[in-house]
Amino acid sequence: MGKRRIFSATSLISDIHPAVFMTAAFLLFYPSFVSDFFVFQIGAYSLILGTIALSLMMLAGYGGMVSLAQLTVAGLAGYLVAILGTNSMEVMGLGWPWWLTVITAVLGAAFFSAFIGAISSRTQGIYTIMITLAIGVAFFYFVRQNYALFNGFTGFAGVEPPVLWGVYWRNPAPFYYLSLLVASGFLWAVLYGARSTFGLSLQAIRDNPRRMQALGYNVIRHRITAYFFSGIIAGTAGVLLVWFNGRISPGSVGVDVIIDILVIAVVGGLRHPVGPFLGAVLFVLLENFAIDLIDRERFNTVIGLVFLLVVVFSPDGILGLWHRIRTKLPTRTSNRSKFDHSKQGGPPADGPLEIS
Amino acid sequence: MLSFSKKTLATAAILSLTGTAIAQDTIKMGALATLEGAFTVLGEDGMRGVQMALEEFGHQAGGKRIELITGSSDASPDSAIRAARKLVEQDRVQVLVGPLSGSEGLAVKDYAKTQPKVTFLNGTSAAQDTTLRNPAENFFRFSTDGAQWMAGLGEYVYKEKGYRSVAVLAEDYSFPYTQVFGFLEPFCRLGGKAPGDARFWVPIGNKDYSSVIAALPDDVDAIYVALGGADAVNFLTQYEQAGGGLPLIGGSITVDQSVLGAKGRTRDFVIGTPSGGPVSDTWDNPRWNQFVAAYKKRFPDGFPSPSLFAHGYYINTKAALLALNQIGGDLSDDGARFRAALSKLEFETPTGMVKVDARRQAIADIFLTEVIEGPEGNLVNKTIKVIPQVNQTLGVPYDQFLQYGQVSRENPSCE
Repeated sequence: MGKRRIFSATSLISDIHPAVFMTAAFLLFYPSFVSDFFVFQIGAYSLILGTIALSLMMLAGYGGMVSLAQLTVAGLAGYLVAILGTNSMEVMGLGWPWWLTVITAVLGAAFFSAFIGAISSRTQGIYTIMITLAIGVAFFYFVRQNYALFNGFTGFAGVEPPVLWGVYWRNPAPFYYLSLLVASGFLWAVLYGARSTFGLSLQAIRDNPRRMQALGYNVIRHRITAYFFSGIIAGTAGVLLVWFNGRISPGSVGVDVIIDILVIAVVGGLRHPVGPFLGAVLFVLLENFAIDLIDRERFNTVIGLVFLLVVVFSPDGILGLWHRIRTKLPTRTSNRSKFDHSKQGGPPADGPLEIS
Repeated sequence: MLSFSKKTLATAAILSLTGTAIAQDTIKMGALATLEGAFTVLGEDGMRGVQMALEEFGHQAGGKRIELITGSSDASPDSAIRAARKLVEQDRVQVLVGPLSGSEGLAVKDYAKTQPKVTFLNGTSAAQDTTLRNPAENFFRFSTDGAQWMAGLGEYVYKEKGYRSVAVLAEDYSFPYTQVFGFLEPFCRLGGKAPGDARFWVPIGNKDYSSVIAALPDDVDAIYVALGGADAVNFLTQYEQAGGGLPLIGGSITVDQSVLGAKGRTRDFVIGTPSGGPVSDTWDNPRWNQFVAAYKKRFPDGFPSPSLFAHGYYINTKAALLALNQIGGDLSDDGARFRAALSKLEFETPTGMVKVDARRQAIADIFLTEVIEGPEGNLVNKTIKVIPQVNQTLGVPYDQFLQYGQVSRENPSCE
């Protein structure tokens, strides 16, 4: 019912918050007023990390399943691109056409994610975290020690995006727009999916799996399907990630990076799919510039402190911080808040994810 | 340290306000080392080397002020590329010194090809293919590679120690491959053996060596160990506890100061272990002694003696500064004259003369050492021999050397 109201033609435009238009315009024209470095390494990289964290947010926020294996899923897609496509390491590199490589990589990642879901979806809370972390660590050690397929410690280098329509897709602006397209596409898909029958059942399963079971829903199958969809998101981001770096090695799927994704999602906020992107921007800015702010032996402390402060002052991340500031400001008459989850679906205001 | 970074910050702020007028009197130099992750301690020592070189020149070269901007990686190629890209594309450095670790070097070399206007000098990364195969026109390595560091060791243990067959234990990545190749190539050419089933490759950070120790064959004369830092300490302790009796041969960072300084009974057990590398703690030479004294004075909280990381970063930074002096600090032609000067540069370092070959790889002296008990009861490396002017192809012609193949777990086969 809610879905129909929001997407009916008459209210489509008027229901969108003006801030969304402003953000969209800003993101579209962003490359025209910043340097290539900011377009590529800050802009595109934030979008990619944000998309991986989005796949985590989708599982955690709507399904109540905190999976630490999302980066692993993205990493598998990246490895598949290097193995099936071309690389410069004289190991594997089967030379498939790019479109077949990408489709196989994304689908492979999605099925891998569904497999992780099948293993972990009978568990809850901390146990899901443990199992998915174990899978991530096992994958890291496997690729590091397997030489026949994954080329061990060295991994793969020389992975190139295709040249299409005369455009080299790793050039800053084209790659940025490609990442923006993927990120905004999945953001919309997650927002839309959350209001679909499937999304609503998933949220209901999160809130009361027993009742849903009693109502005749197949709880496990819903969860595995959610993992499959999140695998498509993470896998696509993984393809972008390997094109971005031009290389992939066990270090790209290590435990510290797995934790980075969790930090991005938590610091950004798990209440709304836009949260992971905010977290990613903060993370990438700090990663690049913290070393300029302070003595080079202490910059990791700054990064840690900022994240700590965000979480201490706003348990639901930057998103919650913004929400909090806004409620303190003189109230506007608008009641079309995009954070009003009671209307649009999404984690409930008093749900388990809001600690305050 | 803090005042230094404040100065940098202040300079950066002024620069951004006043624009190009001052920028022309300043050359921006980036330094990239592992200031996070497993190699943090080594990266910090590398940075000490950069600082020593800059202070020696009073932060001036070719009449221009050198502004240092620091970047950090965690020893993974991805992080090295991100840090290099930030220094080059955002901070606009014209000269970049780094990185520290082998696989990082391979990645930064590839990145250098996309930035032809910037000049890259290595830090201490010592993988062979950074300069041997497919080198970048603007990547210079005034430090030697892991195979060069082993020069003379294979002959020494074959002829002097009389070893004929060795087991190999090393970490599983590009730098130890290079070291194993550099050791085994001459050893096997003389007739030595290193059977394939007596080679053990462990991941970095491996803690439990009991399975390796149990599998070590009895019919070898010695074990060649190429492990670094905590890995080396762990193996030596466990091997000693297991009652192992085979003599050892050390890689360049297996019996250096960071390992020899460790407490425990491994101490007696490593006495007599031969090794090789670009530096030797106890080399009695005025230049080296002066370098060690300067290091100790400037960094009382550093290592007891400068590690090969401080040494490598120092030499590469100094090469950049000397070449800048030669061309009067003029980088207006995108560094073409600067790189020409670097190619021809030949200078005296604390460890002897250094110059680069046609692929911009250093030719320098290498030290053959052996662990002895020092006067104060501490363990030090005694210099046995200085092997003069070792080149990357270890004396054979380039084309012939290429036919030995890429360094790997099985190269050379040595059966």
